[in-house]
Amino acid sequence: MNKIAKLFVTFISAITLALVSFTSSFAKVEGEYIVLGSAISLTGKYSSNGVHTQNGYNMAVDRINKMGGVEVQGKKYKFEIIYYDDESNPKRAAQLAERLIKQDGVHYMLGPYSSGLTKAIAPVTEKYKIPMVEANGASRSLFTKGYKYLFAVLSPANQYLEVAIDLAVEKNGGKGVKIAQAFEQDAFSQDVRLGILDAAKRTGSEIIIDDKLPKELNDMAATLAKVKAVKPDVLVVSGHTKGALTAIRQISEMKVDVPMLAMTHCDAAKLSKQHGKKSEFALCASQWHKNLSYKDKFFGSGKKYAKDFQKEFGYDPPYQSAESSAALLVFKDAFERANSFDRDAVRDALVDTEMQTFYGNIKFGPGGQNVAKPMILFQVRCKGDDCENRVVAPTKWASDKFYHPIPKWSERS
Amino acid sequence: MDFLIFKAPMLMIQASLDGILLGILFALIAYGMALQWGVMNIINIAQGDLVILGGYIAYTIYLWGIHPAWGVIISPIIMFFVGWVLYKLVINKVVDRDLFISILATFGIAIVFQQLMNFIFGADVVVAQSEYGTTMLFDNSVTLPNSKIFSAFISVLYAIALVIYMRKSKLGRAIRATAQNARAAKILGVDTEKVYAATFGINAALCGIAGALISITLTLHPYVGLPYTVRSFMIVIVAGLGNLPAVAVSGMGLGLFEEFADYILGTEFRIGAVFLLLVLILVYRRFKLSKKREYLK
Repeated sequence: MNKIAKLFVTFISAITLALVSFTSSFAKVEGEYIVLGSAISLTGKYSSNGVHTQNGYNMAVDRINKMGGVEVQGKKYKFEIIYYDDESNPKRAAQLAERLIKQDGVHYMLGPYSSGLTKAIAPVTEKYKIPMVEANGASRSLFTKGYKYLFAVLSPANQYLEVAIDLAVEKNGGKGVKIAQAFEQDAFSQDVRLGILDAAKRTGSEIIIDDKLPKELNDMAATLAKVKAVKPDVLVVSGHTKGALTAIRQISEMKVDVPMLAMTHCDAAKLSKQHGKKSEFALCASQWHKNLSYKDKFFGSGKKYAKDFQKEFGYDPPYQSAESSAALLVFKDAFERANSFDRDAVRDALVDTEMQTFYGNIKFGPGGQNVAKPMILFQVRCKGDDCENRVVAPTKWASDKFYHPIPKWSERS
Repeated sequence: MDFLIFKAPMLMIQASLDGILLGILFALIAYGMALQWGVMNIINIAQGDLVILGGYIAYTIYLWGIHPAWGVIISPIIMFFVGWVLYKLVINKVVDRDLFISILATFGIAIVFQQLMNFIFGADVVVAQSEYGTTMLFDNSVTLPNSKIFSAFISVLYAIALVIYMRKSKLGRAIRATAQNARAAKILGVDTEKVYAATFGINAALCGIAGALISITLTLHPYVGLPYTVRSFMIVIVAGLGNLPAVAVSGMGLGLFEEFADYILGTEFRIGAVFLLLVLILVYRRFKLSKKREYLK
């Protein structure tokens, strides 16, 4: 009996072992499916943006599969994504990336949400030489580490608000301006800050307030009191959605008059909805806006994408969704050009990417960042209590004129 | 280092007023913590999360079209029952145990609350609008949001009401008796179980008020509870248990200290300065205690 039991156990282990090794060597392409993996924040503090990212991925997978899928060596394949919830936790994200690669045998990865989590995953994908196309990690430090398998469809963080400084200088007759800035102490916001420092140097502008906001802080009264005292030409704030909402609340309450206010994360914070007229004239950096005139054959235009997305998920797509959809278009294009499932061939094809999507032009620089797409700026404008975001820069896509300077609070109704 | 504040006297006034108004709100949260710490010997790590939950209740009624200021009445009522239920479910099992167990238990509650709030209200940062406007002083160079003045006023009002309640009512006397000596109170016929539940409920209600005030003065997010726990912990450490005037003074002191640290050391050291102060105070207390012990010897 004992012997039989032992034999049985050995037999079962052998089969399991065989199955495991079988799935891990072939799981990258199973039957007619190309399997991609992604750790994504479905719970925890990034969960709303995590869901936007996932919706963007799913929307593109459906669309590509419906329109014929991916053609490699004359055969049609469909995309499929394995998701795991990383709980908005970098350590967990890195573990899940390992699991996707080692246990599920995934050979191609899609990025998570946020720079911090992408930073946690990139060393793992790099170690196993897994190409990763990511759409939500903009931190500059991702692109200076010499990663060879990391590709980002979005513009790096330091470019977010540089345009705003250029705009301020232009309005000042080409002379340097006085800048007051407040940035949260996280990877992304600090990169935005570096971009402003570069722009200030380039334009001969002077930074007169340079505050770093602790992550736990939801009170900017001290910074704003200083701004009131020194009267800068432009105030720059970046601290994710909390920063944007806190800034508008306290600027309006403390009646801080600045000619120009530039921020990030206005659309993610639903600024115009939550603060209404108080947020008017705020200038916001964005990766994408539906009114831009880029086109592709899968989603048509940005407007068409927004309409389809609205129909599918019931809300207007934030740029986090649009860029996530674009990541899959990039993968499809790379697979077809590589005409192979070899990881290095796909990686080389990704390096040579040069394409237009509804989200923007995509071409990867030496660090893996997208160098073909400029950032855009929109300004919150209101009619009565109805506020919306209108593109004001760069001029090529501007639907409206940039309103400058912001009227004083005493003159605003 | 930045000494802008010493060049502009108006900034000094602004910083002081901001600090005091903020400090009064902290003091309210700390008062709740001191109360249940004193009575039940429990350090509640979930204190900040109860505050945020209270804020979300105010935010919900705001979404229904009711002015969020009503939250200072509705939120504590709901939160009292939340506290009561929480006591019956979890806290009563740890109340007579080691302090460490209670820290673990409330830490667990904090995590559960964060995830639940994230699940119910979403991970977006939200604000409720009071539309109270602004008070401008000294020719518009010092501005005070009326919502902050309102929140300080409500905090003081509730604190006074609670002190009177503790002195005059039967339950209040029972709570104070239990705080002094639980066993003796029990022998003399006080239902300590009920007293504990009520104390935890009152603490949650105080958090509910503070949360409603935060929803109209600052911002809400499921994961910003911890800084409120830390601040109230610190205020209680400085003030000692069962000493309301000291809690109020130490709350305002902390508010002032934070604002001035922001101006003088820089915003990035604001929270760090609070922690440094906490360490210094703990070291000082220990030093004082050891002296006392030597004297006793």
